[in-house]
Amino acid sequence: MATKDDHAGSHEGHHVGFWRKYWFSTDHKVIGIQYGITALFFLLFGFILMLLMRWQLASPGVEIPLLGALTPEMYNQFGAMHGTIMVFMGIVPLAVGAFGNYVVPLQIGAIDMAFPRLNMASYHFFFWGGIVMLASFFVPQGAAKAGWTSYPPLADIETMGQTMWLWGMVLLITSSLLGAINFLTTIIQLRTEGMTFFRMPFFVWTQFVTAFLLLLAFPPLEAAGFLQLADRLLGTSFFLPSGLVTAEGPLEVSGGGSPLLWQHLFWFLAHPEVYVLILPAMGIVAEIVANNTRKPLWGYRLMVYSLIFLGFMSFIVWAHHMFITGMGTAISAFFQVTTMIISIPSVVILSALFITLWGGSIRFSTPMLFALGFLPMFGIGGLTGLPLGLAPTDIPLHDTYYVIGHFHYVVAPGTILALFAGIYYWFPKMTGRTLNDTLGKVHFWGTIISMNGIFFPMLIQGLAGVSRRLFDGGLAYSFSEPVLEYNMVMSVSAAALFLFQFPFIINFFMSMKGGKKVEKANHWDATTLEWSATPIMPVPHGNFETVPRVYRDPYEYNVPGSDQPYLSQDLAPPPATRAEALEKVEA
Amino acid sequence: MELLIPYEVTPRRDTGVNNAKLGIWLFLASEVMLFGGLFAAYIFLRMGADAWPGMETFDTHEMATRADQVLSVPLATLNTVILIASSVTMVLSWASLKMDNFKGFRLHMGLTILLALGFLVVKAFEYGSKFSHHVGPDTNIFLGIYFVLTGLHALHVTGGIIVNAYFWGPGTRMWLSGNERDKAHFTNRIEIAGLYWHFVDLVWIFLFPMIYLV
Amino acid sequence: MAEAMTVSDVKKHVRVYLIVFGSLLLLTLVTVAVSYFDMPLGPALAVALVIAMVKGSLVALYFMHLKGEKRVIMWVLAFAAAFLIGMFVLFIASLLDQEMVAVLLRVT
Repeated sequence: MATKDDHAGSHEGHHVGFWRKYWFSTDHKVIGIQYGITALFFLLFGFILMLLMRWQLASPGVEIPLLGALTPEMYNQFGAMHGTIMVFMGIVPLAVGAFGNYVVPLQIGAIDMAFPRLNMASYHFFFWGGIVMLASFFVPQGAAKAGWTSYPPLADIETMGQTMWLWGMVLLITSSLLGAINFLTTIIQLRTEGMTFFRMPFFVWTQFVTAFLLLLAFPPLEAAGFLQLADRLLGTSFFLPSGLVTAEGPLEVSGGGSPLLWQHLFWFLAHPEVYVLILPAMGIVAEIVANNTRKPLWGYRLMVYSLIFLGFMSFIVWAHHMFITGMGTAISAFFQVTTMIISIPSVVILSALFITLWGGSIRFSTPMLFALGFLPMFGIGGLTGLPLGLAPTDIPLHDTYYVIGHFHYVVAPGTILALFAGIYYWFPKMTGRTLNDTLGKVHFWGTIISMNGIFFPMLIQGLAGVSRRLFDGGLAYSFSEPVLEYNMVMSVSAAALFLFQFPFIINFFMSMKGGKKVEKANHWDATTLEWSATPIMPVPHGNFETVPRVYRDPYEYNVPGSDQPYLSQDLAPPPATRAEALEKVEA
Repeated sequence: MELLIPYEVTPRRDTGVNNAKLGIWLFLASEVMLFGGLFAAYIFLRMGADAWPGMETFDTHEMATRADQVLSVPLATLNTVILIASSVTMVLSWASLKMDNFKGFRLHMGLTILLALGFLVVKAFEYGSKFSHHVGPDTNIFLGIYFVLTGLHALHVTGGIIVNAYFWGPGTRMWLSGNERDKAHFTNRIEIAGLYWHFVDLVWIFLFPMIYLV
Repeated sequence: MAEAMTVSDVKKHVRVYLIVFGSLLLLTLVTVAVSYFDMPLGPALAVALVIAMVKGSLVALYFMHLKGEKRVIMWVLAFAAAFLIGMFVLFIASLLDQEMVAVLLRVT
């Protein structure tokens, strides 16, 4: 606002300090990169927590170098924090905060987000939320131990780490809400001329629906968080029933609350949250698949409608996480039906992506490999979910490793592969240099094979009945003996997965300064605006020299009758063809 | 470095609104879900409770059968009137700007802030009388949800006071600059602040009967 | 709509605001008065909710200018309302259903 008389899209030449430029920046691209780097750090940190747990599961009680043997308390802390960090501080910030922030304004032809300073604030809320979470490891008796779901009554009577967890969540939720408001306003208000809703790239659509889910699903969890904070700090007993007895004797509270209330409020968020994790991944994959098959997406509109339907349905399926809480049969039947229905749009989107591959001359670039890896892996994740959506099969499988295997197939070889695909795809835009292909391919094959080595045995262990919460990996139970050997397979795979991230980390940092320079701004011959309308690299504050106008659908590759290999969205149709088209209409 | 974001002041043609207006309504939609979550919790807890309010009255020490035997309906009614009045002065302050009457704006905005402070003072008396009887949020579920719901609402009131005080004081320099675009921008800001303030009123309109009366 | 208002429009609006103010005060009195009738919970809740909804609508329609507001904002609120109602209905239904199960178990 300081420079009102400047025309839109300009950027001033005067220099700003380091802090203003990289830390308190209001430029959506800088904020996107801030989000990306912070989230990648948290992903690595969360993964290391899991490696320590897997060490313990494969060889219970054997000392870890430098750390000593894992205590059960530490194991529980690592488990709770692994889930929290991966979901709320890793994947969502990377998928929404980083890619959403960087790509959405560019793809819709906006010079920035609608509220740049709010955007900065949402990053800083996220950052400090993350710091509070990390700091909770250092308070007396350590971080939260009640799982990423924080079920009461356990969470209500936990140590101080749980309070830190709640405050951290309040900050993270605030960040997500501010971000969601910003994304929705940006997408509705700042689309450039000609960018109608049905000309938006599919990725923008996924961010749009995701933002709606965040906006409307997160507040009930915030409400639940306040109630749990009140339980812990003010002595209320919203989640504590009367007559509760712990190891230290009867609990001195007024009672009368309901632990189920937390579960309802938590899953009212956390089921939409699953779609917050997966939808942006689908969007990234759709961009890359269209670009690398050189074909329009098959059934673009159908995909968009499925997406919207998916968003709606995701609000009324939550209690399929609660089949064993003794819910009535009628309501259980309702949630089973909605759960079966919600699988349909996911299958539609996945099928549309598969059909897009058909008959394409596929470029097996590194991002495309990751995107292709996503498709079957997400398929496995989705299909293994069906038995969990039906009460009769869910009841024996609940809280076993089968559940862990299922949702990790969705988010690890599913979403995380897609996020890697996004990094390889947009890295040239962000830095002006490409990531090394050979290292990228090593990274891809190593990652996908070792991920399957981790998660497939989980499904088998789960079917055998091994509980997901065991500190010793099932050693104490005779029925788990036949599947106990898989613990070693999984842990070795996890270690391999860790090693296979090094090619990526090296690649990432080396290529920033030393990677091959891209020869042209539209490195992938893409049709969408972030590639076709930003000739300057790196993209300056304000994004465009002149704000582009959009004339076409998002994926016009190999258009029949055109002599061009692709027609970018901002390519004006030649006047002659227009006249011809008019003639055709009249005739 | 600051860019001029389109539709900051003027509405976009196809949607008919400016960015801030859409933004505040999105924010209010999330607030609806926040208080909605708490109301859902209230319903859930009340339906599961053996007795409501489930505590003794302060004077006769018999089991209370109605919420108004332990809460002060007169004070809450007074607060309802105060909050409604502040909503009216808020919308009048915006109307004054629309009529280019800055003095009217100052007056009505000032009244809004005073009324809001009055609301908090009454609230403090209400809370104080509970504490003086040695009951608090930890007494039972009813008082717990009463304190959390009204407390969160009071926090929203406090937030509104801060925002409104800014627009009453330092924020006015935008209007006083005399630039037409800035004046329009300031009027927009007052409308946005007003939307938030009316929402706070709206929440109370539902809180009041749900907690105090039934 | 608020953007293109003339001074006389605003003056008309101010009259409306004052009428709404009066109605809100009246309704507040009514809801308090009704609560002293000592009705059973069901009817008392229904009356209180109806009055609250009328009051809420008045605030939203006139003070918040929702009357004649643009479609995009109506859509946002419609989504929020749909999910809110869904949440209430399913919360209540899950409790009632559980009670029914408990009753059935007691009978058999």
